[in-house]
Order: sequence, then C-alpha cells, then structure tokens
Amino acid sequence: MLIYSLKRFGVAILVTFAVSVITFVLLHASGDPAMAMAGEGATQEDIEYVREHFGFNRPMLVQYIDWFVRALQGDFGISIYLKIPVAEVIAAKAPITAILGASALTFALLISIPLGVLAAMKPNTIFDRIALTIAVIGQAMPTFWFALLMMIFFGITLRILPVSGNTTWQHFVMPSIALGYYAMPAIMRLTRAGMIEVLSSDYIRTARAKGLRPRTVLFKHALRNAIIPVVSLSAVQLGFMLGGSIIIETIFSLKGLGNLAWQSIQRSDFDVMQALVLSIAMFYILLTYLADLLNAFLDPRIRVS
Amino acid sequence: MTALFEVKNLTIDIPVPSGMLHAVRGISFEAMRGETLCIVGESGCGKSLTSLAMMDLLPTTAIRNAEKMTFQGQDMRSFSEHQMSDIRGSQMGMIFQEPMTSLNPSYSIGDQLTEMLIRHKNASRAEARERAIYLLEKVGITAAASRLNQYPHQLSGGLRQRVMIAMMLMCDPALIIADEPTTALDVTIQAQILLLLAELQKEFDMGLILITHDLGVVARVADRVAVMYAGEIVEAGTAEEIFNRPTHPYTQGLLDCIPIPGKTARGAKLGAIPGIVPSLVGVIEGCSFRERCKYASDACAKPGIELVPVSGIVEEHVTHDYRCVLSADQCVENLAGNA
Repeated sequence: MLIYSLKRFGVAILVTFAVSVITFVLLHASGDPAMAMAGEGATQEDIEYVREHFGFNRPMLVQYIDWFVRALQGDFGISIYLKIPVAEVIAAKAPITAILGASALTFALLISIPLGVLAAMKPNTIFDRIALTIAVIGQAMPTFWFALLMMIFFGITLRILPVSGNTTWQHFVMPSIALGYYAMPAIMRLTRAGMIEVLSSDYIRTARAKGLRPRTVLFKHALRNAIIPVVSLSAVQLGFMLGGSIIIETIFSLKGLGNLAWQSIQRSDFDVMQALVLSIAMFYILLTYLADLLNAFLDPRIRVS
Repeated sequence: MTALFEVKNLTIDIPVPSGMLHAVRGISFEAMRGETLCIVGESGCGKSLTSLAMMDLLPTTAIRNAEKMTFQGQDMRSFSEHQMSDIRGSQMGMIFQEPMTSLNPSYSIGDQLTEMLIRHKNASRAEARERAIYLLEKVGITAAASRLNQYPHQLSGGLRQRVMIAMMLMCDPALIIADEPTTALDVTIQAQILLLLAELQKEFDMGLILITHDLGVVARVADRVAVMYAGEIVEAGTAEEIFNRPTHPYTQGLLDCIPIPGKTARGAKLGAIPGIVPSLVGVIEGCSFRERCKYASDACAKPGIELVPVSGIVEEHVTHDYRCVLSADQCVENLAGNA
C-alpha cells in the first residue's frame, strides 16, 4: 500500500511538471505577451520597454526556468491588472470554486448512484427507462442553457433562489445543480453497468447461497465492487466540472477561479492565467491521486499484491 | 428413514425466443441424511439447474414447478424469499463449479466465512472466527488463522474451493449440494477435493448431493446414483446396482466411455456415444435418447415411457429404476453381446 501510494505520488509530480511546461509554452504561443500587456494603441517603444522590463526578450527556456523556480517558492508573479500577487488572488478565489465543485459532485453522486443501482436492479423496467431519460437529457442539454432555464424558473418565476452572487449557501444551489447535472449521466450509466455485471457474477450467487439478507447482498457484496470504477470516473468528472465552472461561475457571477479565469483571459493577464491553469491542473491531479488511493482501499487486488 | 430433501416431478422451463425450453422435464429424487446422492449426466442435461432450483436460486426467467418439494418435511414451494434465505447457508449449503470467481474479491476470507455464522446463528465475531479457523483446518488448509486475513486473489483455485467448502460448513447444514465442484480444478486436486467432501459428509453426517459428469468419482463416493439425460432421469438406483448392472443404454454408453484399470486393454478404443443431446425447446415425444441409441426401434417414439423398477430386486434398500421400452434383461444382454 505504501509503495503503491508513493509510486502514484511520483507519477502525480511528473504530471504536474509536464502540465507546467505545456501551459507555459501554449500561453506564450498564443500571442506576444509584451504586445498584449502594453495594450491597444501602444507605440513600438512601449512594447519594447515592456518586453525588456518583464524579460520577454530572453530565451523561452530561461523564462520558463525563472518562472518555475519562483513558482516553487510560491511566487507566481503579480497580476498586471489587479496589481497584487497572483498567489493572493488565487488563494482568495479558490474556496468558492472548491465549494462549488464539492457540492456539485455531491449532488451528482447522491442522485446518480441510487438511480444507477435502481436501474440495475430492475433493468428494462420503467425505473430503468426514467433513469435513462434523465441521463440522456443531462448529456444532451448544454450546461449554460440548463443554468439559464433554472434561473428563469427558480429565480424569476418562483423567486426562491438568488440568481447571482456568492454570499449565502442559497447562492450555490443552482450553480451546483447545473454543474453536477452535467456529470451525473456518466456516473449513473457506469454505476448501472457495473451493478448489472456484478449482480450476475458468481460471487453474488454465492452470497445468496449463503442466505445473506438481500440488502447485505446488494450493498455489501455488490455495490462495493461496482463502485470501484465509479471512484475513478468521479475524479475525472470533477476535473471536467472545474473546466465547466468557468461558464457556470460567469453565468451566476460567483467570484471563483472560473470567473477569474474568464476575466484574466479578457485582460490578457498572463501570470494569472498561467497560475490558474497550473493550479486547476494540480487540483485535478490531486483528485486523481486521491481516487487512486480510495480505489486501493476498496480493492484489495490493488492494495495487497 | 424420512428424506431430508424430496422433490417430485420437478420441471424447469425457460422461455427462449424460439419457444419454451424444457430444461428439466419432471424429475423426482430424494436425498437422505448421511448419504451421498450423485446426479450424473453430460453438459446441458439440466443438472446444474436442478441444483439451483433446490436452493431457489434459478435465474429470474426460469419457471420452476413441482408436485412436491420438501426440505426436512417442510413444503419449500410456499417459502417466501425471506424464509428461503434463512435456510440457505444455514441448513442447506451449496458449492459451485467456479471456485475462481465464487468468492467476493473485495473481502477477506475471514470476513466471508464469519459473516455466515453472524447472520444465521447470531454468533459473536470471536466465536465465528474460531469456527472459521477450525473448519479451515478441517478442509486441510494450513496456517488457517493467518489465511483469514488473506483475499481470494491470493489463493489458488484448489484453496479457494476448500474455502468454499469450509464456508458452507460454517452453520453445520443438513444438506450440501456440490455442483461439479472439481470441474475447474487441476486433475491432481480434483480427487483430493472430492475425497475431502466425502469424508466431511461422513464426519458431519450430512446429506450430500454431488453433481458431476465424472463417473470415476461417482464410483468412489456415491451411495445412490441418478443418471440424467435431456432433462430427465433415465436411470436411478443404488451405486452398486448402477455400476454392476447398468441397464439404460445411455448409462451403458457413459460407463463405456471410461477406461477401467486391468479391464480395458492398452491401446483399446474407448467407447463414445455418437450424436448430440437433442434440443430441449418444445416437447420431446418418446425416449429422448432414441436418436443416439443403437437399440432404438419404432416403439421408442411412442410417448409415455416411464421410469420403472428393474425386476428381480429382492434385497432391502436396494433400488434400481430405468426408463426404456426394452426389458431390463434385454438391456443387460445387449451390453453383454456388445462386449
């Protein structure tokens, strides 16, 4: 178990490093940072001054190493628009996105796992059809449109939920549902498929032959095995959600990382964008790592060699 | 002696796209305490379905019917799923064909053994653990205490089957059904497992129903034998009778397929039964074996060939029934003429 987790951790570090390189290269390839920072209507001298001042005239490799060494010390530069350290900006916004992501995933899991189990227990019945319909709608409907529909219905027609801001927990209800609904169908389908497979397995027949109670058979013997792939998928889905939060946070005016990313792209705030991509990637890598550990805990074939 | 388990006229039908598959077509048998009943037959003759029907573990699409089905005198046909689950594992155990996949990969051996005793006997964890260690030793597993913490994937097929056997003994059941328990195992392990089962059956005075297609095994452990063909019992009786006086042409054919040390000459061809098992979809009129039988005549196509006693048995407790239009003497003569 220890060796396994160390190995996974090593892989996580390598992936983080790779992501930092790719982000750096892609951002610098997306346009001349000096020109973007100098702004519209800047003279050639202004641009040259910016290029000189911020060191954009140095070779790419040198710039990367310089950035990387400072990043290791927690220094991600200063936001050219907000004029405060990038690390501070991100630290201030991260909790909002974390709350949004966690509650969206919780919502998705709470709905999709029971639905998936129910659909698997009664395949090809009305329950299964309803679950399938919910899944298809979730997969087909664009997140932003669903978010707008909810805003119209709950926010404007019924007036029971606030449509923008992030001051109370009510502000997080609609964004979490909108974001979670997007992840739900995949988790539900995987739970259903896994449960159907497990329920027809030999060891479930054994469990029944042992005279165990139906709920013991279902939850202890079946779900435990069916849930293993769902853990990995949930981590991936949460990663997608972090991407999706850019749209959702913008729609609901939640001032989180997604919103910050959207604004920074518009402001060509290079250092912020760079740090954002890296921190979202790191968050994702951390989730995958945790999912791997959870899987090892659940599946002794990984844990005990 | 009253029967531990008794079934009369059991039928199992499975709807398939081309009609109704009559997998088991009216079989009757009984299992006694302290006795080994072997159900023999080739693949697809309904042996496994019969055993699942006894445990009420048939696939949901299968339809089970029986004139009579009792376990320890109680009518099982009226049992609810809840009542069945009380009996399963505690009074009636089942060992399956596939030891590699029959244990839950996520739980330790100890957990899977002890949960039975905790469920059925309200035992404490410590008591259940003690019994698990005792039984693991009984089934010939060394270092039993440390095995409890191991997981199925750490054990070989033979060991897993031993664990399965120990598991089914946890609640001291009256009857064990073993459905081809050695088919998936190494040849070298097969005999060990079967002899172990036979030994345990004697020691714990259980009824054992052993389902197999291996007649060599049957000869060693059976008290009584039922030979199944195409969902029917074609011959049944005490083991000695079946092996000494195989009467039904199918039983004769089966016995002809195995070499007998000292009797079968080196290099001699072993017997084989030509043809394949008939399709069980729809009604089979007359003898189901007639297509493959070398003694078949027009009489075999007539319906209503019943299982009848072989004449001339006077000894007590010796039974021998067969299902053929020929007289038993004629059948035995046929065999002698062939040899």
